[in-house]
Order: sequence, then C-alpha cells, then structure tokens
Amino acid sequence: MISTPPPRRRPFSVAPYLFLLPYLLIFAVFWAWPIIDSFLTSFQDTRLGAAGQGFSLANWKRVLTDDFFYTALKNTAVILVIQVPLMLALATALAVALGSKLLRAQGLFRFAFFAPLVVGTVPYSAIFRLLFSSDGGAVNAGLRSIGLAPVDWLNQPAPALSVIILALIWRWTGYNAIILLAGLQAIRQDVYEAASLDGATPLQQFWSITLPLLRPTLLFTLVLSIIGTLQLFTEPQLITGGGPGNATMTLGTYLYQQGFRSFNFGYASTIAYIVAIIAAIFSFVQIRLFGRDSA
Amino acid sequence: MSQVMPRTETQPQPRPVNQRSRRQLQAVLLHVLLIPLALLFLAPLWLMLVFSSQPDSAIFSTTPPLWFGHAFLDNFRQLQADTNYLRTLLNSVLIAVIYTAFSMLFTSMGGYAFAKYRFRGKGVLFGIIIATLTIPTFVTIIPQFILVARNLHLTNTYWAVILPTLANTIGIFYMRQAFQALPDELLDAAKIDGAGDARTFFQIALPIVSPALAALGIVLFLASWNDYLWPLIVLSDKNAYTMPVALGTLVGLTRVSWGGIMVGTVISTVPFLIVFMALQRFFVAGIAGGAVKD
Repeated sequence: MISTPPPRRRPFSVAPYLFLLPYLLIFAVFWAWPIIDSFLTSFQDTRLGAAGQGFSLANWKRVLTDDFFYTALKNTAVILVIQVPLMLALATALAVALGSKLLRAQGLFRFAFFAPLVVGTVPYSAIFRLLFSSDGGAVNAGLRSIGLAPVDWLNQPAPALSVIILALIWRWTGYNAIILLAGLQAIRQDVYEAASLDGATPLQQFWSITLPLLRPTLLFTLVLSIIGTLQLFTEPQLITGGGPGNATMTLGTYLYQQGFRSFNFGYASTIAYIVAIIAAIFSFVQIRLFGRDSA
Repeated sequence: MSQVMPRTETQPQPRPVNQRSRRQLQAVLLHVLLIPLALLFLAPLWLMLVFSSQPDSAIFSTTPPLWFGHAFLDNFRQLQADTNYLRTLLNSVLIAVIYTAFSMLFTSMGGYAFAKYRFRGKGVLFGIIIATLTIPTFVTIIPQFILVARNLHLTNTYWAVILPTLANTIGIFYMRQAFQALPDELLDAAKIDGAGDARTFFQIALPIVSPALAALGIVLFLASWNDYLWPLIVLSDKNAYTMPVALGTLVGLTRVSWGGIMVGTVISTVPFLIVFMALQRFFVAGIAGGAVKD
C-alpha cells in the first residue's frame, strides 16, 4: 500500500472534512452507491411483464445459457488476445526507439505516434469506417493500386474484427509508449554502460536489461489495456455496428443493447458485473505479482 | 541508450572506428523502420483533413485524393443541416469547461485533505476510493442513468452529462500525490503568518502545484470532450447533443455526407492536435503520471 508520512497538524479540525465534502458527496451519490445498486439490480427480474421487484436469480441463470452473451464474450476475448499483445509489443519497440539517442527529429516522430491519443473515439471510429468501407474506401483503393485484391472489410467477420483491432492499435499504441518511455527513463544509464563495456549487443541489452526492468511498467499497461478492451463499445458500435451478424458484438455493445435498447436494467447489470469480475481478477493478479506502487 | 536492432557481427573487442560505423548503421536502420511506420500512423489524420475538403464523389472515387479540394464549406453546410453542428459544438465546449473547472477544484481540494491533514476516517475513506479505482464504468452506468434520468429528471441537460463524471477517482489520487511533494514547513509558515486553512490552500498550496493541475486539467477537458457512451445515454434531444453524439448519429446512416462527417471530425480534433503540439509535455506528464483513464 501507499505509505503516508504523518503530517503535523492541529489535533482536530473540520477543515479536511470541508475540503473533502464536495468530492465525497459526488463520489457517494454517483459512484459508490451505483456500484452497490448495480449489484442489487442484477438480482431483480426487470423484463417487461416480470412478476415483481423481489429477489430473483433469473439474470444470473440466463447469462449462463445466453448464446448472445457467449458470442459477445468470445468476440471481446478474441480482440483482447490479438490486439493487446500486438499493441504492447509495438509500444515497447516504439518507446525504445523514441528514447534512442540515435533518433533524429524526435519531436516529429513523437507527434506522429502520440497524436492519435487526442483523437476522440467517435471521430476516429468515423475515420476508420470511411477508410475501410468496402466500395470506394481508401484502403481498398490503396490495395488495388499495388495490385492486390480489395477486401470486403466491414461485411465479413474476420476482416471486420481486424479493422477494429487495427483502429485500437492506432489509437492506443502511443499512449502506452508514453507510459513505457517513462518506465525506460527510470532505468539507470550506468547499467547499460557496464553492459556495453562487457560487450553486450543492443539486442542482448534489450532482452537482459530493458525487458526485465520494464516488467512492472509493462504489467501495468497490460492491465490498463485489458480493462480498456473489456469495455470496448464505441469502435464496434460505430465502425461495424456489431456486425456482420453479431461478429463484432462485444460485451460493451451487448450491455448497451440490453440496458438502453431493451431497457432490461437487471440483465444489463449482470453483464456489467461479469465485466467487473473479469477486470478485478486481472487487477488482483497485478497487485499480487508486483504490488500497487509498482505502477 | 539501447535500441532494438538486429544483431550485427559480435566483436569481443570492438575497435573505436568499427563501433562508430556500426552505430551509424544502427541509426540508419532505425530511421528506415520508423519513417514508414510514422507515415502509416499519420495517414488517417492526413486523409481526414483532405477528405473534409473533398466532395463525396472524390472521396469514394477509385483513386482517392491525397491533397485538399474546395468543398470544405459545402461539406460544413451539409453537416450543419444534418445535425445543427454549431449548437452541439457550443454544448461540448460548455460541458467540458464546466466539468473541468469543477473537477479540478473538487479533486484538488480532496487530494489536499488526504495529503496534508490527519483526520478520523482518513484511511478508510482513501481505501474505499482506491478500491473502486479499477471498477469499470459499465458497472455504474445503469444506476447512474436511473438516478439522473428518473429521479433527478435531468435528461437533456448539461448537468446530466457533468455530475456523474465528477466522481473522478484517478484525479483525487493524482492531486494527492502532487500535494504530498509540498513541504509541510511551507504550509506551517503560512499558518503562523495567520492564514486560515482556505487561504493556505488557495493562495499557497494550489499555485505551487499548478503544473500538475494544468496537466490534470488538459486530460479532464479532453476526456469530457471525447466522451461518448454516457452523453449518448442521457441526451436524446438533437439540440442537447454533444459533438461526439451528433457525429455518432450520422456514422450509422447509409445515405450520408461523409465529407460532412469528416468536417465534424476535423472540428472536434484539429484544435487538440494544435494544443497537443504546443503542450506535448503536459499531455505526456499527465499520462506518465497516471492521470488518464478512459
């Protein structure tokens, strides 16, 4: 846990409570209570025409046998398993490259890779949908110009998933590279100098110094990315509309559909809690392995 | 510094001249790999800019243009007719400004209390806040919606968008860390000079942490500006939409002006690309310091 040096203050004062009051009010009403309320709602049958508001296991039973839920879970898992490792590998390579003294025009490169992180999810989803549109999209025009066959990107399951993965990589690689770059800069230079004197090649230095020392930072970005991807909503909603069929329906789009299209709050809360449980497992693993301050 | 480089000939005792030429080779390789990748990353933004100034016939032609056209104003008129875009722009600006101001104030006040006071219940309160740090926002949106829409009847107002997002746990954590770096002696000196708690906070502590506060402010503003799911849920009136929500309604349509949509993305993105170029280090500090969580 975080160690707090005991500040020296008067024995009792209302000041800290007054400082905290506005935040705590909002926190209690709009964050802490909803977390509890959502759990309670997941045990209510809120379908239209349901018997009553009493305790019910209907949602938790339904989720176990719901094919749509499993499709959403599977799609989310596929995106996660492909996108997160690809992105973090690229981000690590970028962080090393951008921190290299050999690199000229650092500012230009940083702009190229970091600029996507100020672009909102809606604008970039719109851009990717347009670029990958099947008839007349710029990507297909590019493929044709180098003699390759165009791909019906958004109307086939695997290409549609890969467009979402590419979009996510474009948007989040720079973000992770920034965190990893900060981690790299914390590694002491004399370690490398010593290794250099011992005749270690750059690649050897990367594997035996950089990567091990970067492990806590990498794990932190890994957990952040997993929790982010678990909540994927805007990209599948806008780039592919969850389609074709339900090929890109994610836990996020399914939850939105259940909660705010069918207004089945109980079932949507159940899905939300499953996402939270999966996220909690990953966070727990991180804390167990490295402690919270490792980030 | 290390580089990711293919292994060159291993030499147990490298001679200086050889080493220099090897470093040059590494530098060349680094740029050869990085330049195409950088261009690939810039391409979507470049095409966004270009397409915003081109008619749809050109955007969807077999050889899409790579340079600007003259249709920006036509595209803008179409976008404005489709969504009342200027109104959504005003909504987005006001919501982001109000949210950022309140969030900076509340999280810095709270962070200050946690960093610089000892009081009953401190450990428990901070523990609860930290414990909810990694809880996905999905968990809270349904009760938040019921609260905001059904109990408080705030649907289609700015406060509907702003209030729930003010419960920003990461901001408290970030500001607490910023205030912890302040020496206690400084605050004690202010007390001895007769400054009250509020004055000490606003006139002494807050100005000193202003770089951290600025980094947090930029990140909060951007998060509010780009937020989509929550505004989508609590805004149903076209004139109450924020910019992302308005753009989102167009993206799903089959017959729509894509040039117009690209104008919308340019308006919502380019100001921040410019700010980003000017203030890159604040963004980077904010992210590296853990101030961001989408």
